[in-house]
Parts: sequence; structure tokens; C-alpha cells
Amino acid sequence: MRVSLVIGAMLSAVFVSLAAVSLLWLPYDITVLDIAGRLHPPSASHWLGTDHFGRDMVAMLMAGARTSIAVALVAVGIGIVFGVPLGLVAAAYRGTWLDEAIMRGNDLVFAFPSLVIAILITAVFGASAVNAILAIGIFNIPVFARVARGGALPLWTLDYILAARVAGKGRARISAEHILPNIANLLIVQGTIQFSLGILAEAALSYVGLGAQPPMASWGRMLADAQTMIYTEPQLAILPGMAIVLMVLGLNLMGDGLRDALDPRLRKAGM
Amino acid sequence: MSALAPCPSLLAIDGLSVAIQGTDLLREVSFDIAPGEVMGLVGESGSGKSLTALAIMGLLPDSSDMRGAVRLEGADLTVLPERALCEMRGRDIGMIFQEPMTALNPVHTIGAQVAETVRLHRRASRAEARAIARDRLDRVGLSHIGLDRYPHELSGGQRQRVCIALAIALRPKLLIADEPTTALDVTTQTQILDLLRDLVRDEGMALLLITHDLGVVAGMADRVAVMKSGQIVESDTTEALFRTMRHPYTRALLAASRPAARVAPSTVGAPVLEAHDVARHYGATRAVDGVSFTLHAGESLGLVGESGCGKSTLTRVLLGLEPADAGRVSLLGTPVGPEMPTAARAAQQVVFQDPYGSFNPRWRVADLVAEPFHLTGRPADAEAKVIAALEAVGLAAGDARKYPHAFSGGQRQRIAIARALITRPKVLILDEAVSALDVRVRAQVLDVLSDLQKRLGLSYVFISHDLSVVRAITDRVMVMQSGRIVEEGVTNEVFFNPQAAYTAALINAAPVIPEAWLDGHVGWSWA
Repeated sequence: MRVSLVIGAMLSAVFVSLAAVSLLWLPYDITVLDIAGRLHPPSASHWLGTDHFGRDMVAMLMAGARTSIAVALVAVGIGIVFGVPLGLVAAAYRGTWLDEAIMRGNDLVFAFPSLVIAILITAVFGASAVNAILAIGIFNIPVFARVARGGALPLWTLDYILAARVAGKGRARISAEHILPNIANLLIVQGTIQFSLGILAEAALSYVGLGAQPPMASWGRMLADAQTMIYTEPQLAILPGMAIVLMVLGLNLMGDGLRDALDPRLRKAGM
Repeated sequence: MSALAPCPSLLAIDGLSVAIQGTDLLREVSFDIAPGEVMGLVGESGSGKSLTALAIMGLLPDSSDMRGAVRLEGADLTVLPERALCEMRGRDIGMIFQEPMTALNPVHTIGAQVAETVRLHRRASRAEARAIARDRLDRVGLSHIGLDRYPHELSGGQRQRVCIALAIALRPKLLIADEPTTALDVTTQTQILDLLRDLVRDEGMALLLITHDLGVVAGMADRVAVMKSGQIVESDTTEALFRTMRHPYTRALLAASRPAARVAPSTVGAPVLEAHDVARHYGATRAVDGVSFTLHAGESLGLVGESGCGKSTLTRVLLGLEPADAGRVSLLGTPVGPEMPTAARAAQQVVFQDPYGSFNPRWRVADLVAEPFHLTGRPADAEAKVIAALEAVGLAAGDARKYPHAFSGGQRQRIAIARALITRPKVLILDEAVSALDVRVRAQVLDVLSDLQKRLGLSYVFISHDLSVVRAITDRVMVMQSGRIVEEGVTNEVFFNPQAAYTAALINAAPVIPEAWLDGHVGWSWA
């Protein structure tokens, strides 16, 4: 059962380190076009060949990883920073108008088709990586709010919460000191899942041209650019496609493995 | 009483040993059960009682290593393949579990659940299965309950009856009951035990009754085996076992399960906690309905009642976590309520029932015990005070660095008491504080409590459903029923001469060991 965690973590780590390296160093400058050297097959100088503008595919994939991870990470961050407190408040005031207001607001956001709204947002405010982040991030908020509330509700009935109330602690303080640490594992697992969904969403937005704009590299954009040459130069589509699949697979495996590893009940039974 | 030497035995367990991951959990357990016989298996938690039951049913985890033989009418169950075991379970051996709240599937009607068991083992049409289900539910005293009712519509006692109907649906030869009444109120317990006794007599079933309660086996079993650390330390006919008590462990169990009555009623001081006509309603339900009492300094006040009587609601009102809808509570003259000043709360603390749910599992003991300092402000010598509190309840200073999972149930209740004492309160509310503990551990915690009361002049409100404990630790007792106090008085007088019919019913329902069996063993007696 630890196998999925290890494989998932290794896959994710490969892409994260590629993205990290790309911040400091790339094998070739991806802003420089070399039309003469376009569509080279893999060689010693260009390990995975070059694309239709003569840009090195290794450099493009590395820079694309950076974009994907940055967008998904910030979007998950938005979800956690806004969603978790909302969920904790809803749980702390369970059954009151505040709980109702938060959760019905959640339902409202859930009711919208997220990718369509993301397209709308980027279409209205302009296509850019920042707007893509915002569009994806907004739809992460209700997810984390619901997970946080769901995890917090059963905890509120436990004796140690009652003991903390007898010790005079308020709801905010109990939520921060007692509830949050005990739902952290749920949030971490949900975080990895939302992270992988964020990468898919970013790829989708870039694919339709509403995500990161050139010269910024993006896996989705690479797919879109390769589309016309799919029969002549299939590797141009296959490489970014594989990158997306492996990264998402890695994150999902890691999420599954983390859930097993962090849940004490599963841990006891599983080993 | 049935015959002593079991003739051709129904179930014969011979040298049963079970190890899980290298740990020996059962060692050479051997006993027989004759047809129609009631065998009591007694021991504390972790002694291997339930594991024995699971081994008989062939329900041990896959990782376990089992040796020895379990013979049902001569056939060794340990060598049977899983398919044959599935057929055997339910048909030849029925089982009842402790928790009636989780033993039934909440989304199926009770009729469907009983009928399903029938159809699983027998070719029976839907109508036949329903007819059998009706018959079995009538047999367990649920003739007024329809087959189409869902478990949540029934009380705990009724659910346990449904579980029994499930277990006896196919008229098995052996019924295993694992703590069948531990989760039930004392008056419900009597009814369920009566039902089991009738079933054994009328249907000719044998019963393996697993319990921690010596009083229950004394009233039920033909023979008793006492289990400790995976071994049977003593086994005999019930009366002979209680009369001789050869093994020191049996004697220790008995002594601990009958705590000595409180000797000298402590002198009472000024009033510390007062309730005047307190009421708390949830919609139309009057959870607490006009409760008044005064708790004096150094006094122990018992509050007895069955589940749903309003004890827990009253506790939360006394603690100022919920407002009183009518009446008032005052603590050392300060009105108690959700808005009371935090510093005033420090005079009153609480210990809860569940030693496992009482602590945030991610905090160290030092932080857990220091939490009530939130009320008073953290003093400069907080660490020293935490260590002093831990030592006062019999724990070591080094325990402060550990996490709660490193402690046993009894140790955790000591930590809970240390946490409650850290602000030097005058009043301690003990909400079923020893109910989840084994009898010997319970006796130790009760000793800690009475010692602390003497040294610190504490006042206790002791809430419990267990009359023997209330009797051992309280000066005065209140009996609560449906939100009202139906009787109040000096503990000994209430117990010897109960005025309210409900009090008398509670006292009579408590299972007892016949006095004549115990001559010369233990000093204290019921009446």
C-alpha cells in the first residue's frame, strides 16, 4: 500500500524539480525562435528534438512544468486560504444562519460548470496566467470549505472540545488549536487532488488559448500548437500530453497513498 | 442449576491458543459447554474474552495464528473451509454484540434484516421468511413493533432485542452474547437478561455469556470461567466459584467491583454550587425540568439516572456551556451561564466519561493539562504546576512530554483529573468519569478522587448510572427521571429505604451476587 505513495511522490518530485531547475537554468532560451532549426528529430544537442519554431522541447517541457505547477499551486492556495476558514466557521456555528449562508453560497459556486466559468472569466478579463489562477482558485474555495466543515463537525462533538470550552476558549480559538490540526490530513489529501485537477484545468485553459500567453510556455498550449502537425510530427503532441498524464497520475497516486498513510485507522489495518 | 459435569458437550474448546503478529493473546484456553447450559466468561478488557468468541466463530483476523481445537458437537471448526463456516455461523451459533446502536443496518427495516438471515441459510419464500421474522420478533418481546420499522425508531433495549431475534432466527444450538447489556441502562439490562434466560430454558439453547460484570454472571450462569491475560485462571460452577474464590485474581476482581461504602460523611462547609429551579427545553422536550440543589464545600453529591433522563443537559447547564431557560445556577455567588467571566469559570472543572475522546490526540500531556490556564492566564510556574498536578493523581513528571495514546484508559482518566485540578477549582463535575474503566482501575481512580477531596477540600458532583459507585463515593444522592429529581437524600438512607418507586426499581434492577455465597470474602453488602 506504500507503493502508490512512493511512485506518486517520485513522479511528482521529478516534475517539481524540473520546474524548480527551470527557474535558474534552461538548456535553451525558449524566447529565441530558430526557424531554420525547426522540427529537428531528437539528437545529442536537442534530446527530444525541436518544435515548429525551433525551440528545444526539453526546455519547453521544463518551462511548461513551471507554469502548470505555479498556476495549480496558487489556485490550491487560494482554495485553502479562503475555503478552510469558511468551512471552520460554518462548523463552529453549525445550524445557525452563518452556517447556512456559507454552505448555500458554496452550493451556488458548485452549481456553475467550473471550466465554462473559468473560460468566461478569462474571456472577459483577458487571457493571462493570473486570470487562469483566479478562475481555477475560486472553484477550489467551496471544495475546501466543504471538506473542512465535514471534517470539523464530528470533532465538535468530542469531549476534548467540551473540555476546551470549559477552559473558556472561544470557537475561533478552538477551531485553530483543536480542529485545524486534526483535519490537516484531510486537507493535505484534498490539496493533492485539487492540485492535479488544477493542472488539468490550466492545461485545458491554455489549450483553448485562455491560459498562459506566449512567450510563456505551457503544456496545454504546446498541445494546441502541435495539433495541426499531429500526423507528421506526433511527438510534439505526445510529449506534453505524457507530461500532463504523468504529473496528474503522480499527484493522484500520492493523494491516495497519503490518505492511507495519514489515516490512523487504515494504517493499523493495512500493514 | 443444571448438572455439574457437562455430559456430551455441545461446544468443546481444547487448548485454544491465538497469537497475532507474534503476541500471544490466548494461551491454552479450554472449556466445555453442555447443551442448554449457560457459561459465563468473565474478565477485564484485553483479557481475551471477545477474542475467544471470535475464535469460536472463525472470525479471527487473517494475520492470526491459531492452535488447538474448537469442536461443535464433535466436529472441529478450526479445520472447516470458509464456506462451511459461513453456513455454520447463524445456523448453529448465533452471536449478540455489545453495541445495539451499530449492530443493525440503519437503512433496512428490522423485519427485512431478520428475514434476510433466514433466507440466507434456508430456502424460504419471502412470505415465509417474513412470517419467521414476525415469530422471532414476537419471541423477543417485540410483538407490538411492526416489521417495517427502522432501527433508529427503536430504543437501545428494543434494538438489542432485534439483535437477539437475529441471532436466534434459525434456532441455533449455541448463542454467544458478548457484553450484551453493557451499553444498556440497568433496568433495561434486567429485561434483556431475563429474556436470554427464558430463551435458554424454552429453546434449549446453550449460552456463552461474556461480561465484565460479576453480578451479571452470578445471576445468569451455571458455570463461570475467569479470564486474565488470555488464560482461564479459574473455572467452576457459579456458586462454588463465588464460595471458594481460589484464585487471587478472582478475589481482586470481586473486591474491586464492590467498592466499600463511604465511611464518615465529611463535614459540610458553605454552599459552593447552587441550582434554583433550573430548566432547559429543546423545543417541546423538557430535558431538565425544575432542578434545584445545593452543593456544599467538601461534599460529594451523586446524580443518578438512566440515559435520556437529562443528566448530560444538566451537566452542560451547570458548566455554563448552555443557558438555563428558567431558574439560575450560581458558583461561589457568581451567576453561571455562557456569558460568565472566564476567571469565574476556573472555580469549576469537569472530567468526562470517555478516556479516549477526552484529549486532542495531537497535543502533549503537558499542553493538555495546562489548557484550563486559559481561564486564569498562564502563570510563570505553569510547568511546575502541571508536574505537581500529574504527581497528585499518581503519574510521573516525565509523562508530561508524552502524547495521550501512550496511556491506558485509567491513566487517561488520571490525566483528565489532573487537567481539571490545574486551576485549583472548588467544584469538580465527574460525568460518568469512571464508567468506562475496568473494575480494578476504577477502584484506583476512585481512591485518587477521595484522596484529593480530603487534601484539597473539593466538592464533587458525581454523575453516574452505576449505583455501586455512587454509593461508594457520595454523601448525598439525587435520582433523576425525565428531567426531574424524583428523590434526594443522604446516600445511605436512599439506598436502604428508597421512597420513590423509580429509585426502588433502579436499586432492585442492579445485578447482585447472593450474599450467602460471599460469607467471609468481602465486608460490604447491598442490604
